[in-house]
Amino acid sequence: MMGYIVRRILQMVPILIGITLIVFVLLRVSGDPILLMLGEEATPEQVAQLRQAYGLDRPIVEQYLIYMRDLIGGDFGTSLRYNGQPALEVVLERLPATARLAGMALLIAIAISLPAGVISAIYRGRAPEYIASFFSVLGQAMPNFWLGIMLILIFAIGLGWFPVSGQEDRFAVVLPGLALGASLAAVLTRLLRSSLIEVLNQDYIRTARAKGIRPGAVLARHAMRNALLSYLTVIGLEAASLMAGAVVTEQVFAWPGIGLLAIQAINSRDMAVVQTIVILAAVIVMVTNLVVDVLYSVIDPRIQHG
Amino acid sequence: MADRETIEIGTGSRSMLATTLRLQPLAVVGMFILAAFIVMAILAPYLAPYDPGIPDLRARLAPPVWLEGGVAGHLLGTDHLGRDMLSRLIYGSRIALLVGFFGVLCALAIGVTVGLVSGYVGGKLDAFMMGVVNSLLAIPNTLLYLTVLAVFGQSLFLLIAIIGCINWTTFARVVRAEVLTIKTREFIDAARTIGQRPAVTLIRHVLPNVMGPIIVIATMNVAMLIILEASLSFLGFGVQPPTVTWGRMLSDGRAYIATAWWLAAFPGMMITLLTLSLIFIGDWLRDRFDPRSEP
Repeated sequence: MMGYIVRRILQMVPILIGITLIVFVLLRVSGDPILLMLGEEATPEQVAQLRQAYGLDRPIVEQYLIYMRDLIGGDFGTSLRYNGQPALEVVLERLPATARLAGMALLIAIAISLPAGVISAIYRGRAPEYIASFFSVLGQAMPNFWLGIMLILIFAIGLGWFPVSGQEDRFAVVLPGLALGASLAAVLTRLLRSSLIEVLNQDYIRTARAKGIRPGAVLARHAMRNALLSYLTVIGLEAASLMAGAVVTEQVFAWPGIGLLAIQAINSRDMAVVQTIVILAAVIVMVTNLVVDVLYSVIDPRIQHG
Repeated sequence: MADRETIEIGTGSRSMLATTLRLQPLAVVGMFILAAFIVMAILAPYLAPYDPGIPDLRARLAPPVWLEGGVAGHLLGTDHLGRDMLSRLIYGSRIALLVGFFGVLCALAIGVTVGLVSGYVGGKLDAFMMGVVNSLLAIPNTLLYLTVLAVFGQSLFLLIAIIGCINWTTFARVVRAEVLTIKTREFIDAARTIGQRPAVTLIRHVLPNVMGPIIVIATMNVAMLIILEASLSFLGFGVQPPTVTWGRMLSDGRAYIATAWWLAAFPGMMITLLTLSLIFIGDWLRDRFDPRSEP
């Protein structure tokens, strides 16, 4: 197991290099950072001096290597907007808010999809299945920012149950969590339904039933265990889209996480912060996938990671 | 599969066409909705009652006609500048469909080419290309689009091109996997011995095999891109005004949400309806062409 984890982490290295390459290229084409720093009135001498100081006069490959060295050393550059504060610090300050939002979204998605998926698999072809699939298709089709605005309209403005935006209130996370989690809930419901139907048709389930095990126990102890495997994988795969969705959701609810920070940073050309967010988000996605794969073998002992 | 077919033929009440295509009611609904949107986008100047950009300052924030205070002539009300909502919704379908369809076409062209070449050549090139695919997949895509759009500027053409450059990965994966399984088959060797170039054989045999999954992925992708375009416009990074986009309408309407809900509600309904139609069609296509994958 240890060997497997180490190997997986090593496999992440080329992907990380690829991501930094993409980011590096974007940084270089996004405009001259020196001119951005000095402004329009800078003399050519000043520009040349700073260019040399930042190593921008060296060959591009060397520049990339220097860039990589800085990244590995934890130096993601300094933020233009936040008075030269290290970009990594600026981003990490906002991370807990996004983690809370994403955690809430995941929780809501699981809380909806587990019962909905099970019910629609058991009551196949009957009303509960149709109702569940109606909502899961709708959940996939609705843009999350629109859902967010409609939730604000109904539950914050109309009924006054939740605050319109911000995170001061203890329950403020519910609406953004619901807006972000809805499409994940939809995907997971569909998936759980189809994998449960597949599992329930297998021989060992018939055997278990024939032995006289109560239907509830067959479901909980025998069927769910197998059906949850693909459920878990998809949660891992959807981590990236949860992060992407958070960018828009945070904008709708003025939720002060890294999504909101990303938009502000992009608008003000604070490229150090932008690159930090992109790289950090990618690392989070990859680590989530790794954790899911490891969990996988805990749930299913048949999978051996030698 | 087999018993379903017999049942369908056995019922007899269905039309020939429905039986051959194994049409599902939802797919038919989806096709009607999609067709309506396409007609709406093409005939927008003839269908829209007003110019979508011209404000009617006397009728600002007019609610839909069936509500109290509705202004005759503005069926779905007006926005904060008094522009006719219905006309703007009709025009908004243009950008949504253009970005959706051409974005996918662009991605499809790049993805299929990369998949074919990468799978066929193999070795270092393949490893490199798959590295690019995995890197692109690891970055949350909204962030990537926002950064690239901020760097290169915003226009319809650029947006479609950027979508093509970022969104091709799934297509490349599917095509490459098929190339890898087919490459080792005997008929490829056989074709080579009779003098046919292996690449030609490959294309001729790989493409028909991946057509099913590719059509399914492409349909679902159009839906995804329409939502993506809307979110980019919503964040202010999409096609810029005066071009009407549903996402921009939504973000404009957000400020008036407490007093004029229709500004934000209607564009979202349009987006949902359009993606819904594509999901219905996509689901049906999946049952029809790609029986291996889950429903």
